[in-house]
Amino acid sequence: MSAVENPRQISGEVLLNVEDISLSFGGVKAIRGVSFNILKGEIRAIIGPNGAGKTSMLNVINGFYHPQEGKITYKGETRSKMRSHVAAKQGIARTFQNVALFKGMSTLDNLMTGRLLKQREGILQQTVDMLLHAVYLGPAKRQEVVERKVVEEIIDFLEIEAIRKTPVGRLPYGLQKRVELGRAIAMEPELLLLDEPMAGMNLEEKGDMSRFIIDLNDQYGTTIALIEHDMGVVMDLSDRVVVLNYGEKIADGTPNEVSANQDVIDAYLGVS
Amino acid sequence: MEMLNAVFVAPFVDMFTYPAFFVEVLLGGLTAGVMYSLVALGFVLIFKASGVFNFAQGVLALFAALTLVGLMTGTIPFSQNSMSALALPIWLAVIATGGVMVGLAYAIERVVLRPLVNQEEIIMFMSTIGLAFVLEGVGDMMWGSDVKALDVGIPSGSFEVNGVLVQVFDLWAAGIAAVMVAFLAVFFQKTKIGRALRAVADDHQAALSVGIPLKTIWVAVWSVAGLVALVAGIMWGSKSGVQFSLSLIALKALPVLILGGFTSIPGAIIGGLIIGVGEKVAEVYWGPLVNGAIENWFAYVLALLFLMFRPQGLFGEKIIERI
Repeated sequence: MSAVENPRQISGEVLLNVEDISLSFGGVKAIRGVSFNILKGEIRAIIGPNGAGKTSMLNVINGFYHPQEGKITYKGETRSKMRSHVAAKQGIARTFQNVALFKGMSTLDNLMTGRLLKQREGILQQTVDMLLHAVYLGPAKRQEVVERKVVEEIIDFLEIEAIRKTPVGRLPYGLQKRVELGRAIAMEPELLLLDEPMAGMNLEEKGDMSRFIIDLNDQYGTTIALIEHDMGVVMDLSDRVVVLNYGEKIADGTPNEVSANQDVIDAYLGVS
Repeated sequence: MEMLNAVFVAPFVDMFTYPAFFVEVLLGGLTAGVMYSLVALGFVLIFKASGVFNFAQGVLALFAALTLVGLMTGTIPFSQNSMSALALPIWLAVIATGGVMVGLAYAIERVVLRPLVNQEEIIMFMSTIGLAFVLEGVGDMMWGSDVKALDVGIPSGSFEVNGVLVQVFDLWAAGIAAVMVAFLAVFFQKTKIGRALRAVADDHQAALSVGIPLKTIWVAVWSVAGLVALVAGIMWGSKSGVQFSLSLIALKALPVLILGGFTSIPGAIIGGLIIGVGEKVAEVYWGPLVNGAIENWFAYVLALLFLMFRPQGLFGEKIIERI
């Protein structure tokens, strides 16, 4: 499926813009002055050799890392750093390179944690709600039913009905990745960050995962930024690609433009 | 033959011959068990929220009791002098101590826990050992190391039912523990916070990514653990005086938790009661065979047996690891 045949519309509205981001750990510079944007409704790939700073970039976007320099503009609001709690609240969800699931919980419970934020805003109000729930079990139960319905739809969507009650620690890796995607979807994100969603998967699992990503983007209009090493997948899925190497941006454009770029070819083939 | 008789027959014959005495032993065991449970509860709370055995829980109880006594007697911190004009009435002192424990929870989150987000559990555990020493030292400096009497007006005395002597204090302890458990069980198991807690304990990074406010959860849990420690401190302090050996009682909570399961609030109670009754009965009926002192090691042997046959405890979550 190429971007041309795709019926969906990308409005051209910028959802996220990172500007001149620099991040270092002590003397190690992970990201140096990287800028790019993500448009509403597009699938944006971030690629690059190992250690290029791709995961660090995602961590900056969802507030796990705080860059030393640069600006992050999300939904029109400019900040020097994101906070992970704020990011989650404002609709940025993500998955991790090494699956980060709640291993002792069932698939269902993992997905339900994605719904935790779908309550009233404010820590104080949340505390009050929790106390109310503790006293009046009725409303709490009703809300639980509503959330559960949403989660069941996601379980249907990802075709994981059979493992609904299975503790996720027991699942094979491919399914764990799927559950992790499910938890992120349960947050009903506007921007979904996927860190190597296909890593360690076989061909069939990759096919399934690609289908989920496309459907998600197509049917729900979720904007997706993904890191991936499988170039075939990147070329097929993404609308635009940004290429990082040694913490710097070396190319940015459509899959075809990027794959024809001499710098990118050099970076991948190790020519300096 | 004589040995077998002494181990397997004679103790039971004794139990049936003097039932009133047996019931008294049971009651004594249950009381001790309730006290263990009170300390163990604090451990369970922290464990549920961070997957960490909080070594400082016993010291937290000690610190709470010391603060309470200090406020009630009008002791000026760090000076060892007291002014009766500063002495607070009991209810005010209890509330103020509660405030101190909540403040302490804030400080612990800020200084100890926050820098360790996403670190190995063993590192968090080590930090609680450090915390235990710091708190014990600060408690010593602030309030002095002498044994203090604590009287918050829990009625003492005893009465007799069918020839069985019942301590009024013990009934109070059981009542207070029951109320606390009911409250905690509802708060942590019937609300969303329960799922959030399990999530935080499981994986910090993942919890952050779904927007669970780690900081708020930790402060809340440590505050509740601090308040539970305050109750435990009051009960232990009223029974045997506020002294630094209180922090060692925390170690008895370890076998209690192994029995009940580290993640279960009802487990902490049942585990505490089993250990309390078990060690009292063993001491009275089997103790003479080995010249006594069974009470000191019985709990640990029981815990060892449990580790062999049911490592997750009676009510704990089964740990699943895919290799």
